[in-house]
Amino acid sequence: MALSVRQRQRTSQGIQYGILIVAVLVAVIFADWKTIYLKFFNPDVIAAQFPEIITTALFNTIIYTALGFVLALSLGILLALMKISSVAPYRWIATGYIELFRGLPALIVFLAFGYAVPYAFGIRMDTYVTVMLALGIVESAYIAETLRAGLQAVPKGQFEAARSLGMSHSRAMITIVIPQAFRIILPPLTNEIILMTKDSSLIYILGLTAAQYELTKFGREAISNPEAGLTPLVVAGVCYLIITIPLGMLARRFESRTAKIKK
Amino acid sequence: MSITSSPVGEIHAEGCTITDLHKSYGSVEVLKGINLKVEPGQVVCLIGPSGSGKSTLLRCVNLLEQPNSGTITVAGYKATDPDVEVNRLRRHVGMVFQSFNLFPHLTVVDNCTISQRRVLKRDTAAAQKIALDRLDQVGLASFADRYPDQLSGGQQQRVAIARALSMDPSLMLFDEPTSALDPETVGDVLQVMRKLAEAGMTMVVVTHEMEFARQVADRVVFMDGGVVVEEGPAKDVIGNPQEQRTKDFLFRVLHPGQPS
Repeated sequence: MALSVRQRQRTSQGIQYGILIVAVLVAVIFADWKTIYLKFFNPDVIAAQFPEIITTALFNTIIYTALGFVLALSLGILLALMKISSVAPYRWIATGYIELFRGLPALIVFLAFGYAVPYAFGIRMDTYVTVMLALGIVESAYIAETLRAGLQAVPKGQFEAARSLGMSHSRAMITIVIPQAFRIILPPLTNEIILMTKDSSLIYILGLTAAQYELTKFGREAISNPEAGLTPLVVAGVCYLIITIPLGMLARRFESRTAKIKK
Repeated sequence: MSITSSPVGEIHAEGCTITDLHKSYGSVEVLKGINLKVEPGQVVCLIGPSGSGKSTLLRCVNLLEQPNSGTITVAGYKATDPDVEVNRLRRHVGMVFQSFNLFPHLTVVDNCTISQRRVLKRDTAAAQKIALDRLDQVGLASFADRYPDQLSGGQQQRVAIARALSMDPSLMLFDEPTSALDPETVGDVLQVMRKLAEAGMTMVVVTHEMEFARQVADRVVFMDGGVVVEEGPAKDVIGNPQEQRTKDFLFRVLHPGQPS
């Protein structure tokens, strides 16, 4: 029996849906719902997380991420400009920096700023400073590469038009090229903020006081009580989504607004 | 469209003198000793086949390209002096590009005010007033709050002209201003340029519009292979060319598709 192309597509799609439904049904039938409820979604444990999970943990996660992002963005812009500079040593320094911090696991950089740098220079750094440096420096390497691509995606004629109107090199970059580059890189930049929000959890390897706990550390401390099960981690996970999903929505809204201008 | 008949604002037209200009890209010599004098208020059209160096010559005048040797004096500035204040020179030399190069993240009026505010340090109100006046001259004042992407190619090019005029230049460079346009919008742009020429602006125009050159240009310069082959009054160079290369080129342009 010969099937038409469309019939074959329909059959293939039908089989895929079928497999999906069967998989879900199997999971639902064989799952131990009572245990799941008690271990992961225990209402008493959930209630016990509040208000600290918001006032301390969620708050700290946002602060750590924001501090890191401010540094990452500033350094990232500087590095991206160095990377496309006509001065060769600038390019070498930027390339070396980017390769180094993009290649190292973030955990190692956190350890470096948490222990190695303080020992090496005999200084004590505030936890917020450590996190800002570690997160900011790791992320700046990624942001620099993204921004460099964005800067190079702005047509050369834009820069030439700005220069021909009498703008200096730096004025043309600041007023004309960089704003357009940011529009281009908004989607990958959103990704990087989201990755950063999650990477802020790496500070668990530093010694923290309870007031400095962020979501992951807060959750881990809570599950050290065997009665709590894993519910605190589920709550912490939901809190991450409370940050990251609106960020994604905000970026999409901004994107569609720029797209609408273009229509 | 309606282009108002209000006179273009005060123009302090200045000239441009180019002597023995050479420009190479690596081992390829694009300009091989160009001499050209443009008097204040004159309209000079540069014509010639692609790759003849017309655009490069134009881009040397406001130093978007750095010449290798020779001298350029433009609007009272010695452009080829290593110590020339290039950003100051460019305030006096407006440039219009083939691909418009409007700033897509700014509205039409902001395109025309940004450089006035950032470079000439005019306050926002004064810059807006001048911008709207220049937009009115190109017939687009009612489009002030649109974004460039909402305009047709011809409208964008007219905004680009208004943007350049907002800086009160003494001389305007046009680099194939109608080559990227749909045929039906070419006329509006040429009409704006014609009006600007009548108002007394010094204009150097790289163009393939022979009719425009014949009617508007004081002088036509035919370039080929990096040298000026022939120059003179428009009606002579286009109407009665002396050099064989000029004749061949004009035949190809005026009778496309026919065997020469």
